[in-house]
Amino acid sequence: MKFRDYETAGFFDEMIGEGGRPRSAVRHLARNLEALPDGELIARQKSADRALVQMGITFNVYGESAGVEKTLPFDLVPRIISGSEWIRIDRGLRQRIQALNLFIDDLYHDQKIVKDGIVPSHVIASSKGFRQQCVGMNPPRGIWCHITGTDLVRHSDGQIYVLEDNLRCPSGVSYVLENRHLMKSLFPEVFAASRVRPVSNYPLRLRDVLEFLSPDASTSPRVVLLTPGVFNSAYFEHSFLAQQMGVELVEGSDLVVSDGYVWMRTTQGFERVDVIYRRIDDDFLDPEAFRPDSMLGVPGLMDVYKAGNVALANAPGSGVADDKVVYAYVPRIVKYYLGEDAVLPNVPTYICDEKKDLDYVLEHLPELVVKAANESGGYGMLIGPHSTKEQHAEFAKRIKADPRNYIAQPTLSLSRVPTVVGDHLEGRHVDLRPYILYGKDIFVMPGGLTRVALKKGSLVVNSSQGGGSKDTWVLADNDLAETDSTDASMGSGQTQIQSQSQSQTQGAAP
Amino acid sequence: MLSRVAESIYWMSRYVERAENVARFIDVNLNMMLDASGMDQQWWPLVNTTGDHVDFEKRYGAATQESVIHFLTFDRENPNSMISCLRAARENARSVREIISSEMWLQLNKFYLTVNDAAATGGGMESLHDFYTDAKLSSHLFTGITDATMTHGEAWHFSRLARKLERADKTSRILDVKYFILLRSVADVGTPTDDTQWAAVLRSASAFEMYRKRQGRISPKGIVQFLLLDQKFPRAIHFCLNAARDSLHAISGTPMGSFRNNGEKLLGQLCSELAYASVDEIVNTGLHEYLDALQDRMNLVGDGIFETFFAQRIPEPGKQMARQRTQ
Repeated sequence: MKFRDYETAGFFDEMIGEGGRPRSAVRHLARNLEALPDGELIARQKSADRALVQMGITFNVYGESAGVEKTLPFDLVPRIISGSEWIRIDRGLRQRIQALNLFIDDLYHDQKIVKDGIVPSHVIASSKGFRQQCVGMNPPRGIWCHITGTDLVRHSDGQIYVLEDNLRCPSGVSYVLENRHLMKSLFPEVFAASRVRPVSNYPLRLRDVLEFLSPDASTSPRVVLLTPGVFNSAYFEHSFLAQQMGVELVEGSDLVVSDGYVWMRTTQGFERVDVIYRRIDDDFLDPEAFRPDSMLGVPGLMDVYKAGNVALANAPGSGVADDKVVYAYVPRIVKYYLGEDAVLPNVPTYICDEKKDLDYVLEHLPELVVKAANESGGYGMLIGPHSTKEQHAEFAKRIKADPRNYIAQPTLSLSRVPTVVGDHLEGRHVDLRPYILYGKDIFVMPGGLTRVALKKGSLVVNSSQGGGSKDTWVLADNDLAETDSTDASMGSGQTQIQSQSQSQTQGAAP
Repeated sequence: MLSRVAESIYWMSRYVERAENVARFIDVNLNMMLDASGMDQQWWPLVNTTGDHVDFEKRYGAATQESVIHFLTFDRENPNSMISCLRAARENARSVREIISSEMWLQLNKFYLTVNDAAATGGGMESLHDFYTDAKLSSHLFTGITDATMTHGEAWHFSRLARKLERADKTSRILDVKYFILLRSVADVGTPTDDTQWAAVLRSASAFEMYRKRQGRISPKGIVQFLLLDQKFPRAIHFCLNAARDSLHAISGTPMGSFRNNGEKLLGQLCSELAYASVDEIVNTGLHEYLDALQDRMNLVGDGIFETFFAQRIPEPGKQMARQRTQ
């Protein structure tokens, strides 16, 4: 395996810099990959694929018959981020989540930001994520959005942009943890040499955040994770996180509301629940408060929540801030609440609801990416340069019919990372979703989910649309930072004083 | 623990045990057919053993080696075939992955994938013996991993309770059908073929060697005594029901020798009866009738467990709930 033959093809490559030479942060890895004997790369890739199937790390695909499981393809070349670059990303993410929380809280109370003319009132009023039921509500500890996954991309200018905020039920963090686990077994020698910051403490951090929200501080809180069930596309993750946190994984039918509290049905009777990490959208949470036809939720849950007898993470109503039109205003939102410029810039965004932008979008559809305001997972999206005339016309019609529901952005030239294709490496486009926890303080996981568009030339990284994932290595910059290699070798230096195990005495009965 | 979770663990465990027993039935029959060249192939009793003969007749007709093996091993429409059992076990495990150990999941998933792959290739008749031997080992490995990696708390007791009930049921079916079929061929009594077939009954339950140590000569009554009433052999019905009872009481906390729900009552009664039963009485009144009634009563124990632990009703809103604050 030699990088000599590797083509960056004019894209920004995360691994290979100017002149076809590996960037400084990735030298260890590059040297190691080059030293692999012929066939070893493909052998290790196959071993990774096999491990995924055997471990049953799968997601369900909608639109196919129920219970169809696929593994998220894993590529074994990691995406590496230098320590110094990460410092800036970390700062930007903290700033953003702080501002967004202030924004959500304001929206459900005085709406000062609307009164001050920063965000137009009709954008809020027409947002599907805005919940009338939440007006005036005060979530436990004043935090609305506890768990966030923010999608970042790097454009050909080398700059990192925020592409999307996921404030409802961001998924994918289980793959980060499992990918890391796989990489350690596949490339132990590289891990020993590189200084990769660990991600494995995420579940404990998450549990801390959830316990912090408990309305009843006097006892050890009962935390549960609420899943829509085994046929949900992210079920593996729900079960994985519950297991890693050591909390109960519950379905709606396991919970009942009675006496102003939430209870779960156990073999020994009913037990009270204090905190619910819900992986169910607002719409389905409580048929009495939201969609009456929901079979997934818990009738009466919102009343208990409003009375302060149970905590929900994320708070209902948080989704208003991940509306894709609201996204366009985030730099202004950061400025308004924190008085600072956003550390991480947005991708320039055209708001179809504004006449001038709408005209531009309709004229330039073939160059733009158009997104529906409330869709996720790569659905309801048009990638202009990769679409046909008919698709352009179809989207023009949809946009004109409901301009509020659409935004458009220039087609970004996403950066690439070398990816195993057959027996060699080719560049494939990637994005990055780091995870942020907001409890007593803010925690940004060093790394995140690097999603990769495995199809040649494709820009769509979503797992439901042929995307895969990679491990993400954030390198430790100084000697103080904890790294995964020190993590792995812990204890080896300790003196072990132990009595010997007993053995069978040969031929001598006592 | 959650009622739904307890129920999933219970069925996960039952289905793995069921799959193993299907492998046992078939494997031993394959061996028996090898020994009994020239004799009529006896595949029909196998279908009878599982109780799914109506479905089989409707869809397959004649019971040949090939049709029976397919029906019992790879037929996805037969809910009690190995592949269906393992799929159900795996689905249950998938819904409680956070409760069981990851080693257990890994083993069960591998087990399922192996049988799934074999189903895709049709099994390959020449390697059938290896396939069923592997299947038995896979199930033992799963049980061993369960015992060695899972806390022996409530969830573990549910899995043990389920496995023992299932095993007791399957041993009773092996005994029932074989006894019924074999005794009818009166002409064979005492011939070498007859001995081979009795040995096969024991081998179905991995009981041949242990039986030899305990009873010596092979005799129908000795085999009934051993597989039904023995309290030390781990596949004997009495042994299994005692273990199931122990787990049931560990779950509920009810002192032994008393009961607080229907499952405990029925299971306790069964165990006492077996303790004071004699094989002569059983055989004289009719083994088939006895085993049939036993299976019905074990099903009632299962119903009782369902009522008590999995299907609790929500009490009227009020005081009852408030007393049961998190422990």
